[in-house]
Amino acid sequence: MMRIPLLLAALVLQPPPGQSEFVPVNELPPAERLQAAPFLIGAYAFVWIAVMFYLWTIWRRLDRVEADIDALARKTPPR
Amino acid sequence: MRKAFGPLLLVVAIMFVVAPFLIANAPYESTMGLIQKIFYYHVPSWFAMYLAIAVCGGASAVYLFKGTPIADAYATAGAEVAVVFGLCGLVTGPLWGRVAWGVWWQWDVRLTTALLLELIFIAYLMVRKFGGPGAEKLAAATALFGTATAPFVYKSVDIWRTVHPNTNVIPTLKPSMGGPFAFSSLAFLLLCTLLLTARVHLAKRQMTVDEMYLAYEDQS
Repeated sequence: MMRIPLLLAALVLQPPPGQSEFVPVNELPPAERLQAAPFLIGAYAFVWIAVMFYLWTIWRRLDRVEADIDALARKTPPR
Repeated sequence: MRKAFGPLLLVVAIMFVVAPFLIANAPYESTMGLIQKIFYYHVPSWFAMYLAIAVCGGASAVYLFKGTPIADAYATAGAEVAVVFGLCGLVTGPLWGRVAWGVWWQWDVRLTTALLLELIFIAYLMVRKFGGPGAEKLAAATALFGTATAPFVYKSVDIWRTVHPNTNVIPTLKPSMGGPFAFSSLAFLLLCTLLLTARVHLAKRQMTVDEMYLAYEDQS
């Protein structure tokens, strides 16, 4: 008896039947299609931002290293 | 190489300005439409990662067996650049998959092994940063494992059945798509070379600081 509500709940909460085969994007109904442009622009922008950020980190670290070299050169008396 | 850095930077910048126009003019793939154009950045990102991995692996082998400090500089540069391009591939792929497959991610063999490859090179950088004395050798061994993994990642789509397209897509591209793809790939490989050069220069300057510091310690 205890299981009947659970079985009923399981029947009610059944997911809709899934598609049984591959459907190309251009054959999907318009309501189910995702707009490609934001994803495409997002992908290109991410690559640009990642590369620029990495270049900036190299630049920043190089500045720090050059400052260290200058400081050590000032501390070390000429031979 | 330092003299070539400026002209190379200019060439890469021009190529990255021209590439989107070539990609925009390339024909649409028949089933995926506009979203397939991520391909022109996604696949070259992986090519650039493989180049960086080859540099890291080769240099790590030299450092491990000969102990040449400059080889360690190249290995570090290769690992960092590999992580950057791997991240680009791992972000652009799900953006493509979300539209083309309807999901952000699949625990498919290609996607999973690519993620593991990225994690191996992140592990390399973590070992170097937090491993303490002698971590360079341990990191070099990690890089050799990462480098040995890379061909399996590339060939995984041919060996196992996956949702990811296999490696014969590129050789069978029509010239109208193959041209922009080759151009984009070349731009990414040059960009990879540029980043490697800059990072190696940084590593050399860091070595100079270490030598100067040791000399200063000896004197005082």
